[in-house]
Amino acid sequence: MSKIIVYSAPNCPWCHTLKDFLKEKNIEFEDIDVSKDHEKATEMIEKSGQMGVPQIEINGKMIVGFDKEAIEKELENV
Amino acid sequence: MYDLTIIGAGPAGITAAVYAARKKLNTLVITNNIGGWAATSSEVGNYPSYQFITGPELAKKFEEHLKSFELDLREREEAISIEKINNIFKVKTKKEEYESKTVIIANGRIPRELNIPGEKEFKNKGITYCATCDAPLFAGKDVAVIGGGNSALDAVIQLMKIAKKIYLINLTDKFICEEVRLDKARNSEKVEILENTETKEIIGDKFVSQMKVLKEGKEKILDVQGVFIEIGSVPTIIDVKTQDGNLKLNKGNEIIVDQYCKTNIPGLFAAGDVTDVPYKQIIIAAGQGSIATLSAFDYLSKIK
Repeated sequence: MSKIIVYSAPNCPWCHTLKDFLKEKNIEFEDIDVSKDHEKATEMIEKSGQMGVPQIEINGKMIVGFDKEAIEKELENV
Repeated sequence: MYDLTIIGAGPAGITAAVYAARKKLNTLVITNNIGGWAATSSEVGNYPSYQFITGPELAKKFEEHLKSFELDLREREEAISIEKINNIFKVKTKKEEYESKTVIIANGRIPRELNIPGEKEFKNKGITYCATCDAPLFAGKDVAVIGGGNSALDAVIQLMKIAKKIYLINLTDKFICEEVRLDKARNSEKVEILENTETKEIIGDKFVSQMKVLKEGKEKILDVQGVFIEIGSVPTIIDVKTQDGNLKLNKGNEIIVDQYCKTNIPGLFAAGDVTDVPYKQIIIAAGQGSIATLSAFDYLSKIK
């Protein structure tokens, strides 16, 4: 199974919603706190071209925001 | 068929749901997210029982309380329209249609936009409407905060710890915010306050690199990589069609309610920041949520 990465910030409600959604589905993921890891934050912006959290990386594809349908679709291919 | 459908789960919707559960009403809650706008607050210090709590922590507490009851909770689902036919409400979401005897609209507000060139193009490419979410991405950068209220000052204070330089851009010379917050901004070497200044355009390539402002008739270009738009909010709009005519809104598109949180449509109630209640506060929204459910309960006991 390929790795799933969530880019999040501590005070961002949609980040919590996204992480809770993955936890409910028992999906393992790496959580990167962009407020602490600036290098990874820059990497995220370069990969997606988007400056906002949350973002999720599945199969190398970046999905911005909590786009439930897009995330579910991508998870099917994991 | 549900007794009560609650749209939204911010402070108003959650309180309405707690009261409904304790009245043992057959209740449905439809919501995009739990906590609503309150969840984006960096600190809440005026909600009794918590001397200090962050927005996300308070939202988590709300959620725990809500989920301690047996309710039909549809999370991550958005209600798009309400119809009232033969005294029954049909609430449509993108996925399903639900039938209910009463409805409480408690879907709050969304950020107000500037409607200027560049705003749509650079959303999430330097422009953000949620400082608590996205501020960490602007470490060491030059940014602008647009607005003159508490949320704008809140954004400035958060950015003072992170950004290199912060322009605070206000359309007038009056700030409608707590003095303590304004003092913090004024006393910071990082913050430059531009009063009587209008934002005309956001400029950039892949990301925001500049913005054009108009100060006292003179155009000025500011080099910024981030723009935080904090100019207040507008009520969330939901399409309502009923046998009893149109839902009454005020000039600001807020739903008009009476002291019982009744709208002009029998059986349809509204609570919290989506209504014309004065002062948009967490505790007021919560209070209205309880009124709305108690009113709905009265209505239900009369039609039974």
